[in-house]
Amino acid sequence: MTSLTRPRRAFAHRLDVKVSPYLYIAPFFLLFGAVGLFPLVYTAYVSMTDWNLLDTGRDWVGLANYAELMADPYFWNALFNTVSLWLLSTVPQLLAALFIAHMLNRSLKAKTFFRMGVLLPNVTSIVAVTIIFAQLFGRDFGMVNWLLGVFGAEPIDWAAGTLSSHLAISLIVIWRWTGYNALIYLAAMQAIPGHLYEAATIDGAGQVTQFWRITIPLLRPTIIFTAVVSTIGGLQIMAEPLLFQAGTGNPTGGSDRQFQTVALYLYEQGFARYEFGYASAIAWTLAVVIVIMALVNFTITRRIKSA
Amino acid sequence: MLAGRSGRPRVAACLIGAAVLLTACGSGGGGQAAGGGASGEQKITLTLNLFGNMGFKELYAKYEAAHPNIKIVERTSAYNDHHRNLAAHLATGRGAGDVEGVDTGFIARFRQTPQHFTDLNKQGAAALKDRWLPWKWEASLARTGEQIGYGTDVGGLALCYRRDLLEKAGLPTGRDEVSKLWPDWAAYFETGKKYTADKPEGTAFFDGAAQIFNAMIGQAPVGFYDTADNVVVGGNPEVRKAYDQVVAAVAAGESAKLVGSTPEWNTGFAKSQFATIACPAWMLAKIQDQAKEFAGKWDIAAIPGGGGNWGGSYLTVPAQGKHVKEAVELIAWLTAPEQQIEVFKTHGILPSTVATYDKPEVTSLTHPFFNDAPIGKIFTTAARNLRPQYQGPRAGDIQTALRDGINRVEQGKQTPEESWQQILRDVDRIKQ
Repeated sequence: MTSLTRPRRAFAHRLDVKVSPYLYIAPFFLLFGAVGLFPLVYTAYVSMTDWNLLDTGRDWVGLANYAELMADPYFWNALFNTVSLWLLSTVPQLLAALFIAHMLNRSLKAKTFFRMGVLLPNVTSIVAVTIIFAQLFGRDFGMVNWLLGVFGAEPIDWAAGTLSSHLAISLIVIWRWTGYNALIYLAAMQAIPGHLYEAATIDGAGQVTQFWRITIPLLRPTIIFTAVVSTIGGLQIMAEPLLFQAGTGNPTGGSDRQFQTVALYLYEQGFARYEFGYASAIAWTLAVVIVIMALVNFTITRRIKSA
Repeated sequence: MLAGRSGRPRVAACLIGAAVLLTACGSGGGGQAAGGGASGEQKITLTLNLFGNMGFKELYAKYEAAHPNIKIVERTSAYNDHHRNLAAHLATGRGAGDVEGVDTGFIARFRQTPQHFTDLNKQGAAALKDRWLPWKWEASLARTGEQIGYGTDVGGLALCYRRDLLEKAGLPTGRDEVSKLWPDWAAYFETGKKYTADKPEGTAFFDGAAQIFNAMIGQAPVGFYDTADNVVVGGNPEVRKAYDQVVAAVAAGESAKLVGSTPEWNTGFAKSQFATIACPAWMLAKIQDQAKEFAGKWDIAAIPGGGGNWGGSYLTVPAQGKHVKEAVELIAWLTAPEQQIEVFKTHGILPSTVATYDKPEVTSLTHPFFNDAPIGKIFTTAARNLRPQYQGPRAGDIQTALRDGINRVEQGKQTPEESWQQILRDVDRIKQ
């Protein structure tokens, strides 16, 4: 009996060791294949067709959509707006998050309250937040203009200008995501051994020196992570500019497209004009832009230690 | 042995699990069938996907009472979201309601793909054809002859104004005197200058130039399209004339510079930011919602230039529906004159069914919110005077391009000429 079962058991064991890990990770890859990879490939296919959602036929046009896109001033306008919004929101956001994390890392009373508090903006509905911010930045009865009036300044038509609308929309993004990044930084800061700071204190290093010489270098992997994630998120901004012109119903991002992002332009072409082929080409181009920007960011933030 | 022992319970567990699932499904299906049998007839739920307030809600109970096997569910979403979803549901072949509302701005686009809709001509539409204004019937008729929708309302135009604000600016306030102030648009903008000279602080003559522009274009015999579906924005002198007139009025400070249907525009009603507004019949419901505290201060005068249409809707039955026959019966009932009279009486939404215009209960209707204005008389006259205008497939998108262009001038971003050139470029892109 035993002599017979041993090879079978050994086989089952080998099978278990070799195959099981793949089975355990299979659900992720199956899901990824269904909701990640397939849409990616299918979008690439659609981007090479001329397909209007309401018409039945779709014609193969090769790279014509991409050629058209490269010559489309509204695409370049949207790309400029996207990069501008991303810079205006990400840079202050990560700096503020570092500062807040540093403050939260000190011995505070009601620590948990404050730590959870900074995350609150992130759990609120993006729709509600944007609508409230759009009202704060309203032209005639907005609170920001009222405050400006208190100081004797002229009211600003925030949605009308390029810079003014970018500032207002960036503020929404900053308000929502700073706390989230602060918590990530805080977690990383708490992993830094306390004796490093003790030794530095004995050597006579002040708070500021300690922050720049110990905290920042040891946070490097975390900073890379947040920079890359914020790049991916920041370049896909859509809901904020869409809702910032609430009620007009068209995703043009202002009267002169002054705050239309690439994602919003994609949405306009796909779901207001129903040009799915062209929208798919925008989607793929945006994906490539994001990969390039994320790589650039990765290279820049990697240099933190050597600096 | 060991392997067998550890393996067997797992297999058994799987089998049991599968069996439980199967029985659960089975009993569910059985229960449903039994329930259907008990009530004698299968209960049919008809879904209506509409936008805004089309005024049918009060009618459903009546229809359900007469048809005990029908249950009606209305889903309402915002104007643009609604049409966007409808396009997606038609393209994918699933998800559309049994009945879908379609606005004038989109009907020409949807009638290009009649295969997505039930051809009402094959469902007895011919017998009902005379119900509607002829142009209303033709607007939802495909080039290949399929009728994709039954008309609901028309946006016969009038002009709503605030009596108290005109009075403060030293202008007359009576309905007829006010109508006499503006026989045409030039006179309207002249009145605007007088208003602006003595206006109450914080107000303007009209809400926004793009809305006034829409009303003006609504009166032109030709709008953005000729009848062969060619875009004629650049070549149509009426468009340029209306554009020049509204931007001149903006320069004269007559506009409150608000974009229609935005939250700021809604606030504008409550904060008395404007004294007059172009008023298609469906606007009455909006004004009442937004300006509750000004009941009795609003009134309705004739539109400069007379006649004109802005907006109006259709009910369609997507071909993908499971209950096409019942849905067609429902929309035929909802658009019948008897029901349309009710809609007009409760919501002020003007029917496109001609027979209603002679009914004394319609013509004698007055509206207390608008200082007892005879809305029945005003809007049925407007509808009769209406010169139909042909709508092309992308009329809605072109209207948005013009709105944005006019808005750029209001915001001071561009000169009128710069903005006009950009409008022409945008329209060229839409054409393709």
